[in-house]
Amino acid sequence: MERVTPLIEAHGLAVGHRGKALIAGIELRLDAGRVLCLLGPNGAGKTTLFRTLLGLIPPIAGEIALDGRPLARLTRARIARHLAHVPQALATPFAFSALDIVLMGAAAGLGPFDRPGKAEAERAMAALDTLGIADLAHSEVTRLSGGQRQLVLIARALAQDAGAIVMDEPTASLDFANRIRVGRAVRGLARAGIGVILSSHDPNQAAALGDDALLMNRHGVIACGPVDETMTAGNLTRLYGIRVRREQGSDGRLRFS
Amino acid sequence: MLALGLVVAMMAAAAIGPFALSPGRILAVLSGDRSDAQAVTVLWNIRLPRVMAAAMVGAALAAAGAAYQTTFRNPLVSPDILGVSAGAGFGAVLGLLLGLPVMAIQLLGFAMGLATVGLVLGLTLALRGTGQVLVMVLCGIAIGALAGAGISLVKLLADPEQQLPAITFWLMGSLAGVKRPDLAAALPALLIGAAPLLALRWRIGLLAMGDDEARAMGIDATRLRLLVIACATLMTAAAVALAGVIGWIGLMVPHMARLLTGPRFDRLLPAAILIGAGFMVLVDTAARSIATLEVPLGILTAVLGAPVFVWLLARGARPWSE
Repeated sequence: MERVTPLIEAHGLAVGHRGKALIAGIELRLDAGRVLCLLGPNGAGKTTLFRTLLGLIPPIAGEIALDGRPLARLTRARIARHLAHVPQALATPFAFSALDIVLMGAAAGLGPFDRPGKAEAERAMAALDTLGIADLAHSEVTRLSGGQRQLVLIARALAQDAGAIVMDEPTASLDFANRIRVGRAVRGLARAGIGVILSSHDPNQAAALGDDALLMNRHGVIACGPVDETMTAGNLTRLYGIRVRREQGSDGRLRFS
Repeated sequence: MLALGLVVAMMAAAAIGPFALSPGRILAVLSGDRSDAQAVTVLWNIRLPRVMAAAMVGAALAAAGAAYQTTFRNPLVSPDILGVSAGAGFGAVLGLLLGLPVMAIQLLGFAMGLATVGLVLGLTLALRGTGQVLVMVLCGIAIGALAGAGISLVKLLADPEQQLPAITFWLMGSLAGVKRPDLAAALPALLIGAAPLLALRWRIGLLAMGDDEARAMGIDATRLRLLVIACATLMTAAAVALAGVIGWIGLMVPHMARLLTGPRFDRLLPAAILIGAGFMVLVDTAARSIATLEVPLGILTAVLGAPVFVWLLARGARPWSE
């Protein structure tokens, strides 16, 4: 049987700061067109894991490969072509237009002295269009709502043309309608063949969006695998330290309370 | 448009003065007409060096201000607010005190300016205030005050008959004594500082998103940021060595440019350079013509700049404190 090279693969991974492991024993695999949800309480190391996968901080132990290539041997620009990042929120005091922000996604493909040209602008507009916010292209991001800004950041990741995207709590600060919008955008990316890893506080959202789940808290990884098998009442009770009930609705959806 | 404005401003500045020159006469002298010896002397030895110096200083301070604002993600910083001008000024007066040549004064100013920006950055990081606009501004004020104390000390040690008046007047910001060799000495530093900023200007704009984001987009943010800081500080030091400590240009002009071009650094930088040059030429022309006594440039720019700073504070206070 042919073995497909995963977009991201990690073995025996330990992540942390300054040589001290926050969490160890992470086994992780992301394939094209799949959504992997990271679930866990605050301080479990989700953001640290993301920063490690992006090569922003070195792993404490273990190996990471992007498209089968060891992360440690890739340059910044090469990493950016495999893996794009959607931060929790847009952090700039300047009134960039949405299009300017999305254009930045082209940086990895441009030489140091290049500026984005017509091809890059077209790709950026296409990304905005994919996310249904083409009409916001020339709006200043400082005037957009939190949900719209999140969609702009996802469009930027899309314009980066990477096979995989990590999203750090993309819906943490959003209201209901915007959570739904961003959730649909995530499923849309997966349908287009992109692999997505996202972290979430909400098991209901994770069950709705994810194909796979990775459950982790301060003590380590509790489970990793398909949502249906890993997100059991028992595992979630262990994960959060409070009793969690699981129900399956008539539509087949998992609900937790 | 902006380039045309700059040319007009420079023509006007070359024409205005105790010995008035008509634009036609200026063009004639520039194209090699030597019939009017007095006009030739005034233009080549007095007016043009001064106009060129004003344009260079304005361009340098505006470019440095735009670069600092973008890399530090902070719309309230500039060479003077970060204390870099005072630090470079301290280095320069030290050079004046020791009687060093112009090149050495520039180098000392650059070293001190770099030390200042390093201190401010280190202090801001130690206070964990990188995300907060005002922490860096306050650190800049503190370090700038320290450099000011150093300048006072140099004044105390200076010979009160000759060195002290020269240092004092130069510190207030003046182009009155600029001669052609001074321009030639400042030009290399300005070009060396400006070239990387211009060449890399689109990538530099990505630093406005923060280090992690810029790196995740495939940019070596740490190295690029250090390069930008070094270039901006070099330009500041060259401007300070040429004209003394002139405040507010580095803060005001990037904001004026941003109103025209938006925040994209690749568009902002050229606009800031042209506006800075033109603005400085006009301010300097006013400084030497509004009164019989020449008004120091620092006084004029402060009168214009302080209200702009307060306006920026009032306009931006809410989004920045979040």
